[in-house]
Amino acid sequence: MIIGIPRERAPGEKRVALAPTAISAAQKLGFTLQVETGAGSAAGFLDADYIESGAEIVDSHEALWGSSDIVVKIRAPIFDANNSNDEASLLREGQTLISLIAPGQNPQMLEAFANRGVTTMAMDAVPRISRAQKLDTLSSMANVAGYRAVVEAANHFGRFFTGQVTAAGKVPPAKVLVIGAGVAGLAAIGAAAAMGAIVRSFDTRPEVKEQVESMGAEFLMLEFDEEGSGEGGYAKVMSEEFIAAEMALFAEQARDVDIIITTALIPGRPAPKLITADTARLMRSGSVIVDLAAEQGGNCELTQPGQAVVDSGITIIGFTDLASRMAAQSSTLFGNNVVHLLSDLSPNKDGKIHVDMEDEVIRGLTVVHGKTITWPPPAPKLSAAPPAAAAAEPVAVPATEPQERSSMGTFVGLALVVAAILGVGAVAPESFMGHFTVFVLAIFVGWQVIWNVTPALHTPLMSVTNAISGIIVIGALVQMDSASSMVLILAAVALFVASINIFGGFWVTQRMLRMFRKDL
Amino acid sequence: MSFQMVSAAYIAASILFILSLGGLSNQESAQRGNLFGIAGMVLAIGATLMAYTPASLGMVLAVMAVGGATGSALASRVEMTAMPQLVAILHSFVGLAAVLVGFGSYLETSSQLSGAEKVVHEIEIYLGVLIGAVTFTGSVAAFGKLQELLSSKPLMLPGRHLINLAIGLVCIWLGIEFVSAPTLQDGMTPLLIMTALALIFGLHMVLAIGGADMPVVISMLNSYSGWAAAATGFMLANDLLIVTGALVGSSGAILSYIMCRAMNRRFLSVILGGFGTGGGSSSMPTIEGEAVPVTAEETAQLLADAKQVVIVPGYGMAVAHAQHPVSELVKKLKSLGVEARFAIHPVAGRMPGHMNVLLAEARVPYDIVLEMDEINEDFPETDVVLVIGANDIVNPAAQEVPESPIAGMPVLEVWKAKTTIVLKRSMATGYAGVDNPLFYKENTRMLFGDAKSSITDVLAGL
Repeated sequence: MIIGIPRERAPGEKRVALAPTAISAAQKLGFTLQVETGAGSAAGFLDADYIESGAEIVDSHEALWGSSDIVVKIRAPIFDANNSNDEASLLREGQTLISLIAPGQNPQMLEAFANRGVTTMAMDAVPRISRAQKLDTLSSMANVAGYRAVVEAANHFGRFFTGQVTAAGKVPPAKVLVIGAGVAGLAAIGAAAAMGAIVRSFDTRPEVKEQVESMGAEFLMLEFDEEGSGEGGYAKVMSEEFIAAEMALFAEQARDVDIIITTALIPGRPAPKLITADTARLMRSGSVIVDLAAEQGGNCELTQPGQAVVDSGITIIGFTDLASRMAAQSSTLFGNNVVHLLSDLSPNKDGKIHVDMEDEVIRGLTVVHGKTITWPPPAPKLSAAPPAAAAAEPVAVPATEPQERSSMGTFVGLALVVAAILGVGAVAPESFMGHFTVFVLAIFVGWQVIWNVTPALHTPLMSVTNAISGIIVIGALVQMDSASSMVLILAAVALFVASINIFGGFWVTQRMLRMFRKDL
Repeated sequence: MSFQMVSAAYIAASILFILSLGGLSNQESAQRGNLFGIAGMVLAIGATLMAYTPASLGMVLAVMAVGGATGSALASRVEMTAMPQLVAILHSFVGLAAVLVGFGSYLETSSQLSGAEKVVHEIEIYLGVLIGAVTFTGSVAAFGKLQELLSSKPLMLPGRHLINLAIGLVCIWLGIEFVSAPTLQDGMTPLLIMTALALIFGLHMVLAIGGADMPVVISMLNSYSGWAAAATGFMLANDLLIVTGALVGSSGAILSYIMCRAMNRRFLSVILGGFGTGGGSSSMPTIEGEAVPVTAEETAQLLADAKQVVIVPGYGMAVAHAQHPVSELVKKLKSLGVEARFAIHPVAGRMPGHMNVLLAEARVPYDIVLEMDEINEDFPETDVVLVIGANDIVNPAAQEVPESPIAGMPVLEVWKAKTTIVLKRSMATGYAGVDNPLFYKENTRMLFGDAKSSITDVLAGL
């Protein structure tokens, strides 16, 4: 089947659905790839790069849509009959469309696709289950946006991120507060920490504490008993008391930090207003707020979506195209996500797609199948974080049991051993007791000596004990004197096998030990 | 040579044997330890030959020479990956020798004992033959499993515990018959029957134990071979044999204990066998997610970009003979400024210390080969972990899933590293038969294929 990559027509969109690297990966799955001329130029990919990766270049928009079985793009098709950029009219029955759709917000678009029989796969409707993570463009784009948010903040912030002591004086490090530790938040934490800033982070979901700390930030805890995890690993709306406590925390932090990056989103709702105008103005002049939720209305009251504004000396950045501002990176990641989807759709690698509506992931992101609207999908079965994690704590306990055995047990054990030895002494003849003494003492010596053997030498230990247990040869030697021929034969065989043991055991031990060496 | 002189020589030999084991406490003194062992053996045999100079000295020396040549040939040819097999078969020789010497001692009529001494002597013979026979067939079965002549799956006979119990009871009864037998001929019958039963018992016991429990089995047989030697010592009233047997016996017992602890299993449950075949897996929560494959080039890139790399080898490395390319890999990484170390789980491989020997063979310096307890807390700071042919010893289910059959077993916490790359031939489970959630973790990548060729490809990519 032919996959077509059109040039994105939406104003300001610099990304392209497949980078040249993804082209060759898709080809390996058996697909034929064609790319509209200039599709990648805004992201820094030339037509020549695409040709080199094995794609064909198509000159016109119409020709591309007309000849492709599958169209892969970033943004949903443009519905505007009066505009030369209109894409909706180019769709035809039997075609498959893979792009961002926002199916929840665009019911009439889904209807239009269904009327035309265009199977539609929404890359932003990938179920939040671990198996589908490799397809999750929202995560990929959020990752890029989080990184870019820090770059934008640094661009508008007049100081270093990292602290320095220079001949010209001491420079304090910048302090960054990241609100919301989802994919974008974690990416922002990582980027800011890597630039040397002191990073703090807040999230309503206490289970992300470990992730935050692993990225190098301090997790701000709210002394409050409410769990913020909602369905599918996203956050949910919190109670009023919680929000009040949260606001107080932000106000306190605003006085202290230089940069605030907000990434708080609740699915299907406008972004929560976390930074009020008053809170924002508590920040020092020259501070920067980057609002990643600008498209959904913003987490800060002062945010103007799509713009960077200055209020009381504080820059508030509300860009909604952060991912597009790093077009090469986002295109590469988006393309990789799409290739993973294609490989799931085409399990036989024969260049044909098979929409398996039994597959939870495929079912979830297919919003129109043929002429039927299949949105919304049935609820996913599992939360992204398995509940089993909660049960992990008590497991560690039984493992320590052996160490905790009471001294009482040891005492009883010792008493039994002494009693057993006394019991033997009561019945055994005198000659036996002499040997028995030697035996018991030798066990104790062995016990003391062997515990000191380093585990790395356990194999040589076994082979050397093997060799010395060949000492049984003495028994055979003594019997070689016997008058009975039967005894002689038995002894000779024993002598033979025990000799194998002695020589083999010592030899192989020596061979092994010679190999152990320190670094030269 | 007087009897006193022989005793003195035996005391010296005992001390040399103790020093030999003590020498293994670290790598520097280990070779010297082995030489002490050889010296002790030469002294003991020399003194015995002088004291009891047999009529057929020439034949004795000839037999020993042939046996010695056979042993040396075995030892110099064996591949390090086949070390467990060699150790197992050597154990069987001790067991066989104990049986033969026991019979010889019973048939030997020159010394006349009576009363309690005779009873004790016969009990000693009986026990010596019993332990020897169990050691013999048990080791042969272990050898067969390790050499893959026999299936490594546990053999599950119906009512196997009853069979073992019945054999045990019959052996006790036969023992009473044997001791109370008035003549040599009368005693021979129960002794022979018991030997046959003990041979069956040894075979059955080891066949019922799964492949992953081999480190315990080998250690246990090591211990038995020691007790067999000690029992022979009692029957011959020879203190040197008693001391040596006790040393070896306790050494094997300690190793068994260490191995059981490393698997969080009770010794008895290993011996009773049949691990990994019970239900249990049905009640396990199914693992959500998908294993993400990775190519050798990507692996090479990840390794080159890392600062800290830890390599976790398992039995798969031994099977694929991958230790030499792995050693090359470590050298290469070192030249690129990447710190690479090894993490060894106590039960990695098929016998205690198996991995250490393989790495030593490949000339990996032992100071970068660390034990589980030494390295486990370093994983969060590790950039890349390479798991080569290991499975159960890196299974997070041991900590996370209380109902897992391996719950509570100490494992290497590789999933805490930034990226974990698992080299594996397929998605098959390990010997415990437990699915491994590690493969489905977000930061885990699977590099499928034969470990040796995979590592060679990664090397080429560096």
